[in-house]
Amino acid sequence: MARAMWKGVLRVGDEGIPVKFYSAARDRTVRFRLLDRTTGRRVRQRMIRPDTGDVVPREEIHRGYPVPGGGHVILDESELEALEPEKSRDIRVETFLPPAVIGHVWYRRPYHLGPDGGAATYYALVDALAEEEMAGLAHWTMRNTRYVGALRVVGDHLMMVTLRRAGEVLETGSIDAPEGREPQPRELRMAEQLVDALSDDFDPEAFRDEYRDRVLDFIQARARGENIRFPRAADRAGSEDLAERLEASLAVLEERKSA
Amino acid sequence: MPDELAGAIRGRRVWTGTISFGLVSVPVDLLPAQRPGPPGLRMLAPDGTPLSRQYHDPDTGAEVTSDQIIRGYELDEGGWVTVENDELSDLAPEKSRDIDLRVFVPQEQIDPIYFERAYFLTPSGDSRKAYRLLTRVMEAGRRVGIASFVMRGREYLIALLADGGVLRAETMRFHDEIRPVSEIDLPDRPPDDGSLVKRLKKVVRANSSDTLDMALLEDEEAERLEDLVRGKVDAGDVVASEVEQAGGGDEDTSDGDVIDLLEVIRRSLAEQVPDEEARPLSDLTRDELYERAQELDIPGRSSMRKAELVEAVRGRA
Repeated sequence: MARAMWKGVLRVGDEGIPVKFYSAARDRTVRFRLLDRTTGRRVRQRMIRPDTGDVVPREEIHRGYPVPGGGHVILDESELEALEPEKSRDIRVETFLPPAVIGHVWYRRPYHLGPDGGAATYYALVDALAEEEMAGLAHWTMRNTRYVGALRVVGDHLMMVTLRRAGEVLETGSIDAPEGREPQPRELRMAEQLVDALSDDFDPEAFRDEYRDRVLDFIQARARGENIRFPRAADRAGSEDLAERLEASLAVLEERKSA
Repeated sequence: MPDELAGAIRGRRVWTGTISFGLVSVPVDLLPAQRPGPPGLRMLAPDGTPLSRQYHDPDTGAEVTSDQIIRGYELDEGGWVTVENDELSDLAPEKSRDIDLRVFVPQEQIDPIYFERAYFLTPSGDSRKAYRLLTRVMEAGRRVGIASFVMRGREYLIALLADGGVLRAETMRFHDEIRPVSEIDLPDRPPDDGSLVKRLKKVVRANSSDTLDMALLEDEEAERLEDLVRGKVDAGDVVASEVEQAGGGDEDTSDGDVIDLLEVIRRSLAEQVPDEEARPLSDLTRDELYERAQELDIPGRSSMRKAELVEAVRGRA
């Protein structure tokens, strides 16, 4: 069973609903550490002055913000502390929206929420949001960082998805759709047929990160004192006339079907 | 802002290649559709000199130069397996320029928690006709294309979405990167008289809205930092170091103009590169560097050794 990574209290009107956060996404990228190739020991980073090469100890490092024209504004310890959000377990849910209004381009990281204690209040909120077909917009502070998130009902439980901030998302309107001649009816028809022929249900389990598999296989083999090689895939050819390509693609699919 | 923004996006092509579906190919450029959050504070010496990073051996305190560093993977049973960068890039999938559309699926079948990061795809060269055709058909049928492609030595699974005549590519988490809810300990539903549900529904209804107010997504942290820095700039509290890093100086504001701090913060946002790109150049594999050199159109790149690529890319970045 997964362990909770944080606990908080959803504040909806006058109700307090204690919940536990469980990460719903886990990055499986293979992580390496940096070692000294001669000694085999791990290396660490430290800060130096680029002009003299002198090491600057942690307690002498200042934090600063660059300003135009060169130079920095230095922020001291107390100023930085004053910037930190207040510690709190409260998750304020003050606005409710149809889930589709919060486009997934805003989504950052998903969390499963489970009840922390009383399951009755937890499921009451599941039912209220499900029956109203709404998602909550939540604000809270977790591990010294402020978050905004979408509180959604998925199946029969609650999920919180942290959201990107205003200005971080460039919506489709920020780029112009390319202009040009309208596609010919014949091209449209064939393209539709081609998309139809390649259509299927979404099966997320059909896709694997093959690179990750290879890296892990390689590491395990080396740990056993072996070396392995992987074959490389070939490339394919480019395009000429659009209508001809569509026609040829349909013919290939047709052949495959009758074979 | 939109014009300025569109210009900034166009200048930030991160990949260029070809969407292939059936035997049709559509050459495209990939542009980021998201900007990272505000930049962090810089580390400075007491006199305001920006500091650099250096690797060292914590036991001896001696500097470890980058050519002395190797990647190590810690085995569960203890001990390390070391891997050279070149070996890793040999394991990477074939450097294909293809976005290989494997299947079209109904949009509503993809749980949005799969999506990770968004890019725009724009037609490159004379591919507008095929681009418009594909976009039109996908949009009309509410179809999403599932494809994989290789960028910087990594294979990405993406969803291609057509929206308003523009194609978006969204990188997706792999299935085993999503934790199923069955892994958390959800208690059974206790019996309930429905009175709390009724009260909560009343709260939901009283506070509902049909549109997302952008003010709710504002980053208070960045704003407070901005206020603080602006106040100190106004008070003349700026430390100018004689040792500025090369290329660190911005344009001249010596005529005593009010410094538009918001503009600076915005600019640093626009200049900041995704995490992946923020890795020091010396940490990249030769293939990754080569790809970067290709994007920058550095002449003679194919005959360069890794160290030369680092230099050439650094000179142009």
